[in-house]
Amino acid sequence: MKVFFKIWRQLNSDTKGQFHDYEVDNISSEMSFLEALDTLNESLVKKGESVIAFDHDCREGICGQCGVFINGRAHGPNDNTTTCQLHMRSFSQGDTIVVEPWRAKAFRVVKDLVVDRSSFDRIIQSGGFMSTKTGTAPEANSILIGKDVADYSMDAAACIGCGACVATCKNSSAALFTSAKITHLNSLPQGSPEQNARVLGMTNQMELEDFGHCSFTGACEIECPEQISISNIARMNHDLLKANLLK
Amino acid sequence: MKLDAKIPKGELEKKWSNYQANCNLVNTANKKKFDIIVVGSGLAGAGAAATLAELGYKVKCFCYQDSPRRAHSVAAQGGINAAKNYQHDGDSVWRMFYDTLKGGDFRSREANVYRLAELSAPLIDHFTAQGVPFAREYGGVLSNRSFGGVQVQRTFYARGQTGQQLLVAAYSQLSKMVASGGVTMFTREEMLDLVTIDGKARGIVTRDLETGEIKKHSAHAVVLATGGYSRVFRLSTLAIGCNGSAIWSAHKKGALFAGPSFTQIHPTALPQTSESQSKLTLMSESLRNDGRIWVPLKANDSRKAEDIPEEERDYYLERRYPSFGNLCPRDIASRAAKERIDNGHGVGALKNAVYLDFKHAIARLGEDTVKDRYGNLFNMYEKITGINAYKEPMLISPAAHFSMGGLWVDYELMTTVNGLYAIGECNYSDHGANRLGANSLLQASIDGYFILPNTINNYLSTELNKEIPGVDHSEFSKSEKLVKEKIERLMNINGRKTVDEFHRELGAVMWQECAMSRNKLGLENAIEKIKEIKSSFWNEVIVTGSDKELNPELEKALRLSDFIELAELMCLDALERDESCGAHFREEFQTKEGEALRDDEKYSYVSAWEYNEGDYKVHKEKLEFEYIKPTVRSYK
Repeated sequence: MKVFFKIWRQLNSDTKGQFHDYEVDNISSEMSFLEALDTLNESLVKKGESVIAFDHDCREGICGQCGVFINGRAHGPNDNTTTCQLHMRSFSQGDTIVVEPWRAKAFRVVKDLVVDRSSFDRIIQSGGFMSTKTGTAPEANSILIGKDVADYSMDAAACIGCGACVATCKNSSAALFTSAKITHLNSLPQGSPEQNARVLGMTNQMELEDFGHCSFTGACEIECPEQISISNIARMNHDLLKANLLK
Repeated sequence: MKLDAKIPKGELEKKWSNYQANCNLVNTANKKKFDIIVVGSGLAGAGAAATLAELGYKVKCFCYQDSPRRAHSVAAQGGINAAKNYQHDGDSVWRMFYDTLKGGDFRSREANVYRLAELSAPLIDHFTAQGVPFAREYGGVLSNRSFGGVQVQRTFYARGQTGQQLLVAAYSQLSKMVASGGVTMFTREEMLDLVTIDGKARGIVTRDLETGEIKKHSAHAVVLATGGYSRVFRLSTLAIGCNGSAIWSAHKKGALFAGPSFTQIHPTALPQTSESQSKLTLMSESLRNDGRIWVPLKANDSRKAEDIPEEERDYYLERRYPSFGNLCPRDIASRAAKERIDNGHGVGALKNAVYLDFKHAIARLGEDTVKDRYGNLFNMYEKITGINAYKEPMLISPAAHFSMGGLWVDYELMTTVNGLYAIGECNYSDHGANRLGANSLLQASIDGYFILPNTINNYLSTELNKEIPGVDHSEFSKSEKLVKEKIERLMNINGRKTVDEFHRELGAVMWQECAMSRNKLGLENAIEKIKEIKSSFWNEVIVTGSDKELNPELEKALRLSDFIELAELMCLDALERDESCGAHFREEFQTKEGEALRDDEKYSYVSAWEYNEGDYKVHKEKLEFEYIKPTVRSYK
């Protein structure tokens, strides 16, 4: 089928960007969205033009590296999916597809559709870990964790760090991302000794990185490929209040 | 060249503890005097970087992705093996050692494999302490399931996202050390050359993928943890960026390359649906616990799965391998699928798939239980194919997956270049000619967390208080110049064919001649074709844009230029080995029943290739089996 792309091109962080129009007519419905971009890029190379840069890697919906705004939605028209798992059967012959990079002050545009999400790494560096060492750890079954707690922790741990939650939020808040990690670790017995320091450190870093505040509209949960629940944000706020009281 | 595997003396069970007791140590106060480069930030790389920094070493860690959390370890789904014997089903370190050695068709070292099994149990404790939310039973204890090639339940898992959870744990530990200043992290920076001075690894040359700047980094030791190279087939289950460039540059600088042709074809990937496809998606092998694999009994049967009655279905794995059934190892399951597909029993639009059916499991266990065990995999399947696998069988097909081959390493995980280590999938060590499911996360993790941080001291202790050459040394300048010239040459060819066109050509040759089955004539032809592709690539490729910016085309071109050379070596290796073993199935060497025919008398060795301007020479590390007797590998 033939589709029209309207794609954001921007040379680097220091230059202004703008939309460019492209037409591609050898798209099949089985192709993933990224394969459609590959096809477009190959045609650009044939014409001697430089390719459109976009982030991607595993193309199995798990690495979290792919992510663009498609027709005004993070990762495209389907709920709870990554861009690599969006397929062209979700579009129709003759559609115009608008593609933009993630939109957030804390996500600098590196080039075209590629953004810098190192702010997420710095949030993790400020407490998203256990201070455990590699030497002898206690026997795993000596820490009993009920299935419900393990599942609850796993639900939050499933976050792939793609940034869709930030990009889709009106305030560019990183609350869903940060709270998912806090819930994953704080809900486990191994994570509880450091829970106060963790929530204080991570929320403080979130603010330093220029993410906006959460106003609980819930858009993040709708766009999250892993269906991370906004109830994690409530838990983060609860843990933060407690940590502040005990400070 | 004599290959010294440095296997410690003593009983098998005591080799690792003997090694630790007798190797040199570096005093805690002296550790800060050493710089170590770790290339790669997956389970092996992140684990090593975090642990080395925790011990006090100064570490620089590199990855080509935007964040170390993206490393391809993230994609492993099914689980990680450990001989905990929680199920009381007869498991033990010895049994795991035996299963792994047998699974690899007796083409790996006893001492390494035993250590793998030995360190598996504490690794689960370690990950649990780091907060990995492993699946639990209602009573709070850890849960297990089975994987191919074994008859016990020793696989630990976190839903279908075990790799993600282990990688995120390793990334958390890495993040902890970045925050403390122990690790300096370089993202979007790719190694393009290894620098050796006086026979020792002294640093690397990299390209900053965002600016195109060529950079030089020196260190006392270099650790490669760059993963597998199965993207040589183009279509594989690997992430798009996975490449062999770092290990290939190390190979060209003197590191021998072992068993390059040993690449695993995974039996449960989604089938290829079109020419334009960029990769194949893996479905976890764990699905074979409850899913039953079948094809129509009648060739060229065009009926829908639901219209084919039970008696007209061929559950070929259960038929051919009754004791292991659907849980036979990957090489066996892949070859059996190929055999059925080649004989006209394939299903799906391109007739290149087999069915993986959950009908019986749903009837036996109920949909809720199946959903609980594999729900996210079913969701993923539906996202990609649009098919609800609770209602109709999945379509699966073999796809290029793990590379057992890699840089030759000794027991210390050091390559044949002093001070250069290779850990995780990029080395050749524990898996032999075939890797058992759920052993890959294990090997990567113990290499990075437990083994390397011990063995590297033995080398570094000899380097204490010695000045190391800095990046102004002439060898660094020479490497930098070579890298720059290669990039300039690629940018100036201005040919007519895209990098992807060349990659498709290479992939087609490799899939046809050096994948699930190989033969002499096919391999010889493949070598000729690869030479033609190489010559054509350097005359006709087109790379647009500039080398001073983020340029994905240039990145691909550089990686493909290395894949082309590696492909030739893979075919040479497959040609040299006149036997069938594990993933290496030479058609000339098979039994009447079509099973692999191993030749222990002539080929019980690791082939380790030396590079000499494209004229490769094979060295042989003889495998000694002191504790077990290699037997015919049967899963019947």
